[in-house]
Amino acid sequence: MSSQSTSIKPLPSEPDDQSADSYAAASRWRLVWRRFRRHKLAMVGLVVTILVYVIAVFGEVIAPYSNSHLNADYAYAPPQQLQIVDTSGDSWDWGLHVHGYTMERDPETLEQEFTTDPDNQVPVGFFVQGEQYELLGLIPWDRHLIGPVASDTPMYLLGADQLGRDQLSRIIHGTRISMSVGLVGVGMGFVLGILLGGISGYFGGRVDTIIQRAVELFMSLPTLPLWLGLAAAVPREWGSVERYFAITLVLSLVAWTGLARDVRGRFLALREEDFVTSARLDGTGEPRIIFGHILPSFTSHLIATLTLAIPSMILAETALSFLGLGLQPPTVSWGVLLQEAQNIRVISTAPWLLLPGAAVVIAVLAMNFLGDGLRDAADPYKH
Amino acid sequence: MTSTTRADQPAVSEGARVAGEPGGERQAVLTIRDLKTQYRTDEGTVKAVDGVDLTAYRGQTTCVVGESGCGKSVTARSILQLIDHPGKITGGRIMWQPDPATEAVDLTQLDEDGERLRRVRGGEIGMVFQEPMASLSPMYTVGSHLMETIQLHSDLNEADAKDRAIYELKRVGIPQPERRFDNYPFQLSGGMCQRVMIALALSCDPSLLIADEPTTALDVTTQARILDLLHELQAETGMSMLFITHDLGVVAEIADDVSVMYLGKVVERAGVVDLFENPQHPYTQALLESIPSRDHDGHRLDRLRAISGTVPHPAQRPPGCSFHPRCPHAMAGTCDVDEPPVLDLGDDRIAPCHLHNPETSGGGRPLPMLPVPPVPEARETPEVREQTPMPASKQPMLSVRDLTVEFPIRKGFWKRTVGHVGAVSSVDLDIYPGETLGLVGESGCGKTTLGRSIVRALAPTRGSIAYRAPGSDSEVDLADLSGRELRPYRSDVRMIFQDPFTSLNPRKTLLQLIGEPLQRAGSRNRPPAGKDVADSTIQDQVADMLAKVGLRPEYMRRYPHAFSGGQRQRVNIARALITRPSLVVADEAVSALDVSVRAQILNLLKDLQEEFQLTYLFISHDLSVVEHVCDRVAVMYLGQVVEQADTGSLFDQPQHPYTEALLSAVPQPDPHQRGGGRRIRLPDDLPDPTNPPPGCRFHTRCRFAVEGLCDRGDAPPVLQEETGHAVACLRAEEIELQGRH
Repeated sequence: MSSQSTSIKPLPSEPDDQSADSYAAASRWRLVWRRFRRHKLAMVGLVVTILVYVIAVFGEVIAPYSNSHLNADYAYAPPQQLQIVDTSGDSWDWGLHVHGYTMERDPETLEQEFTTDPDNQVPVGFFVQGEQYELLGLIPWDRHLIGPVASDTPMYLLGADQLGRDQLSRIIHGTRISMSVGLVGVGMGFVLGILLGGISGYFGGRVDTIIQRAVELFMSLPTLPLWLGLAAAVPREWGSVERYFAITLVLSLVAWTGLARDVRGRFLALREEDFVTSARLDGTGEPRIIFGHILPSFTSHLIATLTLAIPSMILAETALSFLGLGLQPPTVSWGVLLQEAQNIRVISTAPWLLLPGAAVVIAVLAMNFLGDGLRDAADPYKH
Repeated sequence: MTSTTRADQPAVSEGARVAGEPGGERQAVLTIRDLKTQYRTDEGTVKAVDGVDLTAYRGQTTCVVGESGCGKSVTARSILQLIDHPGKITGGRIMWQPDPATEAVDLTQLDEDGERLRRVRGGEIGMVFQEPMASLSPMYTVGSHLMETIQLHSDLNEADAKDRAIYELKRVGIPQPERRFDNYPFQLSGGMCQRVMIALALSCDPSLLIADEPTTALDVTTQARILDLLHELQAETGMSMLFITHDLGVVAEIADDVSVMYLGKVVERAGVVDLFENPQHPYTQALLESIPSRDHDGHRLDRLRAISGTVPHPAQRPPGCSFHPRCPHAMAGTCDVDEPPVLDLGDDRIAPCHLHNPETSGGGRPLPMLPVPPVPEARETPEVREQTPMPASKQPMLSVRDLTVEFPIRKGFWKRTVGHVGAVSSVDLDIYPGETLGLVGESGCGKTTLGRSIVRALAPTRGSIAYRAPGSDSEVDLADLSGRELRPYRSDVRMIFQDPFTSLNPRKTLLQLIGEPLQRAGSRNRPPAGKDVADSTIQDQVADMLAKVGLRPEYMRRYPHAFSGGQRQRVNIARALITRPSLVVADEAVSALDVSVRAQILNLLKDLQEEFQLTYLFISHDLSVVEHVCDRVAVMYLGQVVEQADTGSLFDQPQHPYTEALLSAVPQPDPHQRGGGRRIRLPDDLPDPTNPPPGCRFHTRCRFAVEGLCDRGDAPPVLQEETGHAVACLRAEEIELQGRH
């Protein structure tokens, strides 16, 4: 070997070899993560999204009450404030508690009126014993992250609904359905989109023409009436689980089109890339070119697209359920909860019934921030 | 104001020694002093331009030359405050004095959105960029571009502005300017677009034209004509030019003064003749030596003297003299500690280097000077060459017969084929074992398509590619095979790609990239002779190959993003050679690289050829590189091979008018050869490849074309061989052509 071709030595100005090596040997995901970390808003989005999904998975532990817990005495009970210090007595008493209610019925309107009563203290504790449930559907347990120490005393941190069900618990239980409808719906759309878009982009020609026209047909359908129609076609007698899957299927039917186009465009572009040609010249087979070279080149983009697609799914589910055509009680989702806030008079007396809407906003915003950050960081090789 | 009056300003007096120049006094129009432009990024401050001094004189051409990443373009853009966001001019002055009677203005002090700077931009200083297509808006016609500029900087009414615009188009040599006025940029060729850009830049009679690599994206024939045009326009208007380029041939062609830049600093400034004959800075010397040039003793096997390493990123500037890590004369303790002083070497030359400083060099180490290139003597005839490339007994390793590649043009909903683009039509080509065959031609002539068909990245429409493996007697027609049948030959015929950035999958480590062809079952992997077959696991082979291409074996766990362009090209080479091929198609393998790195790669290719007994098909548009590396050369024009001969014979006695024109268009890195009456310029641009001209395809541009002979569709010229020199020209015997001498 000649002297000058072996003279590629690390540049003297290069930082010490270890840190250079950690960059040089960093895989794409590490590079994506490095760039993603700089995106503050996206990091906030990531943390919130993780929190929301933790709530979705461990809903029974976190919620003070079960889904079906009700106490008609406390219909439309207003939110209580969580207190730490009791100053009503002479000395300060430390201890988590809420103030209980005193109920009066308005003699003229016959409306139930609640006032909080500082003397009536309801002690609150962490990991208190409450109703029995099965954690993750497997482990029987009866502890709740937060709840009244005596399980028959009232605690409504976010108020109660018309049947005296705890709004906080209901929102927490609804998280699971609402957040997973997005995932499952997008997941199904994802499979359809990648499959059809990939076929369309890789093979091109007439197959491409047909698939693309199909995509355009689906895109031209007005989505809301389509959803309404399909959701209305779901038989009334189906149980909540069947209905749930029917709804996600309906949602994903429309969701794949945009993804299919995206995937097709990327296939078309990458098919002509030099590194794909060179892989072909290495004698690499078609499946390995597709799954080993082309697909990995845009997985990070796909993940970003997916993250951005989930919020629209959540919104769609919320909208459908709000209209009464999506999930039906007793299934609890944010959309189902919002159904109860359809009446303006109800809202004026119990505005806290709108709180599931706030949950939707937080979840959707967080996932959008996360998706934006991912999209910006998705291609670490472009500068 | 002349520079002598400026000399009483102490801050600028140092560099402005202009009076007393041989050839009379020169007036500076633009004087840049200690310019600093920095980019603030997350990784730290990047000093793209770090204390540049530069002077452009009235009516003269100042060239700024350097490799990529040296801050040439940023310097040019700083003049008009056209720096993109994180960048900022942090120091220095740019004195602009279009009129000697008025006071100079400091452009760095002007308000970025102010009236004065707007007048300077486009009005007083015109600018031409590298990518002509990208610099013109596709939404507007050529005419409206021009009209807008003219009306912005003058008070002409619409009709007068239109007349002026048409005049400008005519002035830059655009045929039928009235018709072109209404064309959109995408309807024009690259060369035409660059002419429009020049017309735009000149439409307001600027005193200075800044041309930032204006010919880099163009073919060599077009480049020659654009350079001619700039020359003529300068003679006509007396404007000054600041010409930025990386090509020393272009510098020799056009410059009066040259400033060589390295890592944001000017490392040498001299007149063009002085610079080429007597370079004073080690970097300049090394740059000049790394150009493949005929002026070495004409011995083809000569290695190029490459500069070691690559240009570091401006964020990682070495301390002391920024060139010292690559400098062959670096003195430890001096060059890596102190910045070299700017010393006047007389004749308005500077070359900041410690070797010129008597205090540090101790007077005992004079800078080794390049010998003045000897006047080229008539080259030895090819048979004196040590390697006679083509003994008659040898059978070709690859013989291409009647190869045609057509791309269908499809239209409409059902994608019906409405026509064909014949990228390659009826090409015959023989490649002999152990030789390097060059394939040259303008862009669009089909050389890449031909190369890709030989490696079978493309399926040819017609014809045969007969491959004979070394040591075997049977031939295989690669054109007939498909898919699985081709696999055994995939490891015999390999390809090196042009772009080192797109041809490596960024998501794979070097081990995965280079080892991929080995992982296939059934790859015919001949172990290297004399090696133990048992231990040749993939990893060992990759490590071995990395070492052979000059990369450290430890790098195999790294990803491509950690490597520079030159290193990536080494990876590409390793990847091509890992299967121990017999034929390697190098498609513009060095075209994307800087001059100094290019020399390293060319040397490497040569070493590997000897070590592995490789045969190369070397596709390039760069004739000087082809002359350096190739044994034989084939010239392509519009999908056909028009001439094929030994390198020496082709360059000395071309027999096809197209070859002659190509040779004449190549700028020589020797200012003495400027002009010289050998200029043959091709008119018009390449004809439409969907509808090639009948008869000889070159007749529309040929200066020897005869009506009734060359344009007869029934008798096109065919490649006729005579003593190893084949040419496809109907008048080959009658016409007298010039070679490179």
